[in-house]
Amino acid sequence: MNSSTTNPDIDDTSSEEIKKEIRPLRLSGLEPLVITPDSLFVNVGERTNVAGSKKFLRLIKDEKFEEALTVARDQVDGGAQIIDINMDDGLIEGKEAMVKFLNLIVAEPDIARVPIMIDSSKWEIIEAGLQVVQGKCVVNSISLKEGEEEFLEHAKKIKRYGAAVIVMAFDEVGQADNYERRIEIAKRSYELLTQKAGLPPEDIIFDLNIFPVGTGMEEHRRNAIDFIEATKWVRANLPHVSLSGGVSNVSFSFRGNNPVREAMHSVFLYHAIKAGMNMGIVNPALLDVYDNIPKDLLEHVEDVILDRRDDATERLLSLADNVVGTTRENKVDLSWREKPLQDRITHALVKGIDAYIIEDIAQARQEAQKPIEVIEGPLMIGMNVVGDLFGSGKMFLPQVVKSARVMKKAVAYLLPFIEAGKTGPRQQAGRILMATVKGDVHDIGKNIVSVVLGCNNYEIIDLGVMVPPEKIIETAKEKNVDAIGLSGLITPSLDEMVYLAKEMERQNFSVPLLIGGATTSKAHTAVKIDPQYKNAVVHVNDASRAVTVVGDLLKENTRRKYMDDLKVEYDTFRNNFKKRSKVKSFLPISEARENKFKIDWDTTNITRPNKLGIQVIEDFDLKILEDYIDWSPFFRSWDLHGKYPAILEDEVVGEQATILFKDARALLKRILEEKLLKAKAVFGLFSANTVNDDDIEIKFEEDSEEKTMLFRTLRQQLDKHKGKPNFALSDFVAPKKSGIQDYMGAFCVSTGFGTAELAKKFEADHDDYNSIMIKALADRLAEAFAEYLHKKIRREDWGYAPEENLSNEELIKETYKGIRPAPGYPACPDHLEKLSIWEVLKVKERIGVELTESLAMWPAASVSGYYFANPEAKYFGLGKIKEDQVKDFAERKGISFKKAEKWLNPNIAD
Amino acid sequence: MSKLEEILSKKILILDGAMGTMLQEYKFTEKDFRGDRFADWPVPVQGNNDLLSITQPQAIADIHRKYFQAGADIVETNTFSGTTIAMADYQMEELVYELNFESARIAKKVATELTAENPEKPRFVAGAIGPTNKTASMSPDVNDPGYRAISFSDLHKAYKQQAGALIDGGVDILLVETVFDTLNAKAALFAIDELKEERNLDIPVMISGTITDASGRTLSGQTAEAFLISVSHIPLLSIGFNCALGAKQLTPHLEVLSQKSDFGVSAYPNAGLPNAFGEYDQSPREMAQQTREYLEKGLVNILGGCCGTTPEHIKAIAEVAKDYKPRKLGLKQSSKISV
Repeated sequence: MNSSTTNPDIDDTSSEEIKKEIRPLRLSGLEPLVITPDSLFVNVGERTNVAGSKKFLRLIKDEKFEEALTVARDQVDGGAQIIDINMDDGLIEGKEAMVKFLNLIVAEPDIARVPIMIDSSKWEIIEAGLQVVQGKCVVNSISLKEGEEEFLEHAKKIKRYGAAVIVMAFDEVGQADNYERRIEIAKRSYELLTQKAGLPPEDIIFDLNIFPVGTGMEEHRRNAIDFIEATKWVRANLPHVSLSGGVSNVSFSFRGNNPVREAMHSVFLYHAIKAGMNMGIVNPALLDVYDNIPKDLLEHVEDVILDRRDDATERLLSLADNVVGTTRENKVDLSWREKPLQDRITHALVKGIDAYIIEDIAQARQEAQKPIEVIEGPLMIGMNVVGDLFGSGKMFLPQVVKSARVMKKAVAYLLPFIEAGKTGPRQQAGRILMATVKGDVHDIGKNIVSVVLGCNNYEIIDLGVMVPPEKIIETAKEKNVDAIGLSGLITPSLDEMVYLAKEMERQNFSVPLLIGGATTSKAHTAVKIDPQYKNAVVHVNDASRAVTVVGDLLKENTRRKYMDDLKVEYDTFRNNFKKRSKVKSFLPISEARENKFKIDWDTTNITRPNKLGIQVIEDFDLKILEDYIDWSPFFRSWDLHGKYPAILEDEVVGEQATILFKDARALLKRILEEKLLKAKAVFGLFSANTVNDDDIEIKFEEDSEEKTMLFRTLRQQLDKHKGKPNFALSDFVAPKKSGIQDYMGAFCVSTGFGTAELAKKFEADHDDYNSIMIKALADRLAEAFAEYLHKKIRREDWGYAPEENLSNEELIKETYKGIRPAPGYPACPDHLEKLSIWEVLKVKERIGVELTESLAMWPAASVSGYYFANPEAKYFGLGKIKEDQVKDFAERKGISFKKAEKWLNPNIAD
Repeated sequence: MSKLEEILSKKILILDGAMGTMLQEYKFTEKDFRGDRFADWPVPVQGNNDLLSITQPQAIADIHRKYFQAGADIVETNTFSGTTIAMADYQMEELVYELNFESARIAKKVATELTAENPEKPRFVAGAIGPTNKTASMSPDVNDPGYRAISFSDLHKAYKQQAGALIDGGVDILLVETVFDTLNAKAALFAIDELKEERNLDIPVMISGTITDASGRTLSGQTAEAFLISVSHIPLLSIGFNCALGAKQLTPHLEVLSQKSDFGVSAYPNAGLPNAFGEYDQSPREMAQQTREYLEKGLVNILGGCCGTTPEHIKAIAEVAKDYKPRKLGLKQSSKISV
């Protein structure tokens, strides 16, 4: 069979229909586990497997079943959603041990709440297990190894016992060890099971064999990538099945080197999950966060997993020697405790370590003005990191569960202080019922909202998690609450919320219904919930907004209007949502212009530049720029993410950042002392006025002759909320017809002269490191020069802020007045305007910076842009624009529509 | 099968009420229970209601008739304890086949009569399969949580015998009821599935669990949805709850089933919660009013009564139910969209 082109028909006529239908894998312990295509990766606990855990094996051998139960409990507590139980060992009476252990587990509700995976290579052990568990289990596993007859017989029995089943890619010939064999066996198994054994396809879970990579053997090179590609094939061609596997196998040849194994597991999962793997046996303790894997290790590991280069294994092996022991070989590595407070809190949240969180939060509370700020600040910052990692698939659910636990501990510690902080006899602003809906256990968001509302003088009745709708309704009536807040993180919670809205309507409620939680959205609220309830329904997804929303909803004088507005807003949203052809709504350019950003030109402050005209700076002293360097982007250019200087202490990249920084400083010192680079600048300040809405006309002298020229700006066209203007840079300059003389500037700086030569020299020495370094440094110096020059101009040449005295940090934060947008960046993505700047300033002639045919600056370490001084000028993003503006722009500029379209293409809405 | 499912999609089917409550009114003595045939039985048999199908068949037939006349579409056979496991208390294991066969025959006879009287309203018999008095996934000994008083294979064997006898006696449906341990029910379903295959028979199966208290769980600890998932591997005519709770308390659990189940949904609650004397004293009117909520919400397809209910209760419920459409059948879960 050929690889990706193969697409055998599984169920000739109706296969398309079948694929569209959603048939979740439904399992149960004492509680349900429903796995849908939207579900996150399901983690199967592997510690209760005598083959996988020496400790568990010893406990079972010694008949210490009680103690063995704690192994199971720890897994469930640690986030395992299914527990795999295996008693296959030569020294154990497997059937007896399986039955005994399962009987004990069933008596422990906090373990038995999750479904059980009965794991054995012996059918009699599997069947004995199936006979003692009431929930819907997973059998691990069956295969075609002994032929079709036995395969079908076992499958029928499994169906009759009411279990799902893992099917190994194994047949009479042997285990599938390449792409073709995997899909051949999967397809055959699928057809037999669904057509002959009557098994519902959603109860089939394929294990396509995860084999080790990096073994040094040529035939193992594609082990991981073949698995991943076969997974993709099964996902596309065998509808409704799940895909699983034992992940730790993949790193088998790196036993003893946990940092490398952890990275391999994460990388493998990252790609396998993308391909369609939706569950697996993973030891969360042996799993790194994808984003936390050091860059070089990540690259080496991906080379091996994805079979990207011939020498991948040797390269990883030699790197592995250095990795041993440097990261977390020692499990009690406490070096992160030395880090700044925020880093410690973030670390604890990301890693799910709760041992020190109270201590850290206590310190944070001392440092904060109010205890609530600890939640809004450090804890939220940390949780956002967790959220980002999770959202991008780089952290997995078990890890997030641990994060949540740490967060909860912290919030629990803070609550009494927050309570105590509220003073005097309390005049409550209102009484709010908060609940995480039935079936959902996630309450961090809800707790935060509760806390924040509580601090704003609302009485909170928090019903906790998994609250049945009757209880919400009953409590709401009994306590006469002023609003009901529902939260949920998982998809089914959305239905619960719809249901509750219906019930509130049926029972004639009138209080507002607030909807929040990670899974909720304005779209869902508007389309599904709002129509069910006549009164206010509002989607509030962050704690900070909750206070204003609730305030508006409960205050006598705003309530009516706010609610009516909401209804209209959701109604409109709903209609738009239904009509949407995925196209956002845009204004015609004429309307966008009407909705321009309006500065009151009669009262605004306009300063005439001290020096109008063009100036050139030759051979600027680079030493001055050292203090103006913004180092964070420097690290980013090396793929080390974090803010300078905190990044040097960063627990993940800190070590490398520090080394890099040291090298950079050394090279910078050489550059400054030996004057290896040259800095030049040209800038001009001009009389300017806006004409025809979007053009800025400037006057300048050339050859003692006054000339005018036009800068063309582009205007936002997105149809915005009422009151939000459609910006163009021209809005920041007084229109000609106002009769007020205004000004603007343009500039180009470069520190790139000499860079290319130096880089070449380094390259000749095979020193790629410094070759990249010099470029990265030159870029930073150019930015620093632009920063420096802007400051000089604000204080001296234009002089509109002569008293300004900002630190470098404040400069980086752009707290100064006025802006210096650069063509090619969000406010003016049009590179063509560089040509205008070059024309006016005679950049090439004066300082030698050229424009390439794609309008990139050369030397690369250059920055060019405009200056706008108006205090109301701000950076914005143009966003998408429509064809009408492109046409108008082409006409204004006197270029063909085609040319305009080519240059503006990334910004044109489709 | 097709007939029942067809009716199920058109109207709410009414199930009968309590057998035990009705039998109490007869105030049968030990002598009455024994009759002539068991006059010399070595152990007391009073309280073995299933035995009355042999010793007082007329009473059983009369009760069935009263329920049919009150408006029931389905009556349950008098076989709640008709397994070797439950009959061991009376040393009557040997009688199990006969008890079930006779009970089925009696009920079927009445049903046939009533159907003949009014062919527009066909009457059905459900063979009642109780939970037995032992649990397969719980230990009766608190000090030995790993111990089990009964095994899956023992249950399987007993249930297979009972179900076979009920089918032989002519029942139209098998009803695995008052499930407080899902593993027991799974043994029953396993047996039924085997019988269906062996006899090449497609008899409809109903299953009804019991939520024991306000915890919202079965005695063996499962939530309503977990229970549903655990028994969904066999095609079912309906899944539902009965006993332990009154109509009002059952509502949230029925909502779960109604939302998540692809099968029909049944409910036959008790006549309220027991009073201080352990009696059920909810009036027919009150109970019928409470079941109205199910109907308004469209939660059920089959409605009846359990402990404490009488033909008057069933009549009142049937009166209310006739104005409502049944819960819509179909692929509930599969068609769910997530936004």
